[in-house]
Amino acid sequence: MYRYDEFDHAFVRERVAEFTDQVERRLAGQLTEDEFRPLRLRNGLYLQLHAYMLRIAIPYGVLSPRQLRQLAMIGRKWDRSYGHFTTRQNLQFNWVKLVDIPEVLAALAEVEMHCIQTSGNCVRNVTADPFAGAANDELEDPRPWCEILRQWSTLHPEFSWLPRKFKIAISGAAEDRAAIAFHDIGLKIVRGPNGENGFRVLVGGGMGRTPYVGQEIRAYLPKEHLLSYIESILRVYNLHGRRDNIHKARIKILVNQLGIDKFREDVEADWEATHKTAIDLPEDERRRIMSYFAPPELAPRPIRDEALDQQRETDPVFANWLKHNVRPHRVPGYSTVVVSLKEPGRTPGDASSDAMDLVADLAERFSRSEARVNYTQNLMLPHVATSDMGALYDILKANGLATGNYDLLGDMICCPGLDYCNLANARSIPIAKEIAKRFEDPKRQELIGSLRLNMSGCINACGHHHSGNIGILGVDKKGTELYQISLGGNPKDDAAIGTIIGPGFRAEAVPQAIDTILDTYLAKRVDGETFVDTWRRVGAQPFKEALYGAA
Amino acid sequence: MPNVITANRLTDGIVVYLAADGRWTEDIGRARFAETEDETNALEQIGDKAVKDRIVVAMYPMPVELRDGAVDALSVRERIRAAHRTTLTKDWYDVPL
Repeated sequence: MYRYDEFDHAFVRERVAEFTDQVERRLAGQLTEDEFRPLRLRNGLYLQLHAYMLRIAIPYGVLSPRQLRQLAMIGRKWDRSYGHFTTRQNLQFNWVKLVDIPEVLAALAEVEMHCIQTSGNCVRNVTADPFAGAANDELEDPRPWCEILRQWSTLHPEFSWLPRKFKIAISGAAEDRAAIAFHDIGLKIVRGPNGENGFRVLVGGGMGRTPYVGQEIRAYLPKEHLLSYIESILRVYNLHGRRDNIHKARIKILVNQLGIDKFREDVEADWEATHKTAIDLPEDERRRIMSYFAPPELAPRPIRDEALDQQRETDPVFANWLKHNVRPHRVPGYSTVVVSLKEPGRTPGDASSDAMDLVADLAERFSRSEARVNYTQNLMLPHVATSDMGALYDILKANGLATGNYDLLGDMICCPGLDYCNLANARSIPIAKEIAKRFEDPKRQELIGSLRLNMSGCINACGHHHSGNIGILGVDKKGTELYQISLGGNPKDDAAIGTIIGPGFRAEAVPQAIDTILDTYLAKRVDGETFVDTWRRVGAQPFKEALYGAA
Repeated sequence: MPNVITANRLTDGIVVYLAADGRWTEDIGRARFAETEDETNALEQIGDKAVKDRIVVAMYPMPVELRDGAVDALSVRERIRAAHRTTLTKDWYDVPL
């Protein structure tokens, strides 16, 4: 993974010193809250319902054991011994004190971490396929490009005060596991006409109160021009994006108001006028950054393991975990393991300090000292030998981290909701827990198959409800929490926004409604169909009738 | 409708209420309540001073009801804040504790 050089270290240390001074001035009364608020947000510090919340950037979801242990330590020392992994592959601590923030930031800087640009109207943490560098369907590792974008966008003078926040995701694989179509800019590494890899560029995707699927602005962008082209997109957005209405300020609104063709025309005109060589990364620097992401040397090993096969035969829970949470690796005899943070009864995405320490140990022992966070709020071990799978499973299982539900119903995305968040209108965590309880039986989840269930406690859609095959949105209706259900959303390659199926449900009725929807799906589906396939074929009517009765 | 004054403590962000003795308490049960608009305005002025004095941030009056003589928050959001914890648990969907 990328390691800080002297410049990076000095830069982060300066930033810690600067914010430490700002915190001190706030406490001493030299800054009012109105003056301090934009400064603290620049450093990922929010004031939530119960306390301050600190959002820590985990660049493209990659963590070293040393970093994970430091996060665990911070949780123990300055928070309540747990954190929440988010859909931007970041980590949030929910109970930090303002007076402790300087020490927390210093502790983060020790392990090359920070909170810069985890909030505010700037380019946020660039996310990536969490299987990057390990997946067997990958054309090229997207992480070096994420790192290049991270360095370019950090405190970029022209783009530090955009009309609104800006999110970029990159995938280098055949399957989209980073929801790139729901980003301000989505990049997919593709093979170009000349046989060289470049980027397919999507723009204007997003969630929130006005969801859009990103549109193609360029089918193929030569790699060497990534920075200059992204700059042109951001420049057009920065000039023409609305600043008078926060709800209309994201790039998706501009792209859809202008139309993709006019937006493209403006971007291409700016790009043509740009002195590209002054902006694009020099080849030497690109190679230097690439070198940090050299794949670990893994000698191919036997694909089959007798002990594993035996355990698979005799232990159906283990077999289920192998089937869903252990994914193919580009090197034979290895796999990527999803460490589920979705054990029924627990808050989705929460990890205790003990769990973080444990995963750090397991990364060292089994996964070439690498761990990952995925956007569906799990941890991952990218490079595990097949022969180690049994030993790894036993340890994960003993610690409640081996629920075999990756990409199944139980693998819900869930925002913090009204249990923590100042913006939320309704709770999401208890709904998620209750749904998890109702569908606890792995056989039922297996029958349903791959399913993305996403839940948000307000219209801002941190829980990605628009892209859920089943989406749940909590709203406040005259003081009562009410839940709108939408169906048919899809975060993957044929991305789609879900359709609201009808009037909302009270909290206690939501699990039964999900059950009814899934029963309808199971009754209607034909062989091999996913939920979205069936939805697209049969339409809304059967689901409406099942939920609300015949019209 | 009676009101109490709530805020977050500046140093740690914890939810607090203006108490009868003029101090800030984490216990909504000890919050001083205002029966009239004038009383609410008077309490808000005390709150404003506490903001200026850097004791609290994000101060605002909130409506409450009196149940058996005890102060209780009206909205789900304020019940959650008053509980100082997440997820009300009498029954998973049941708002009143």
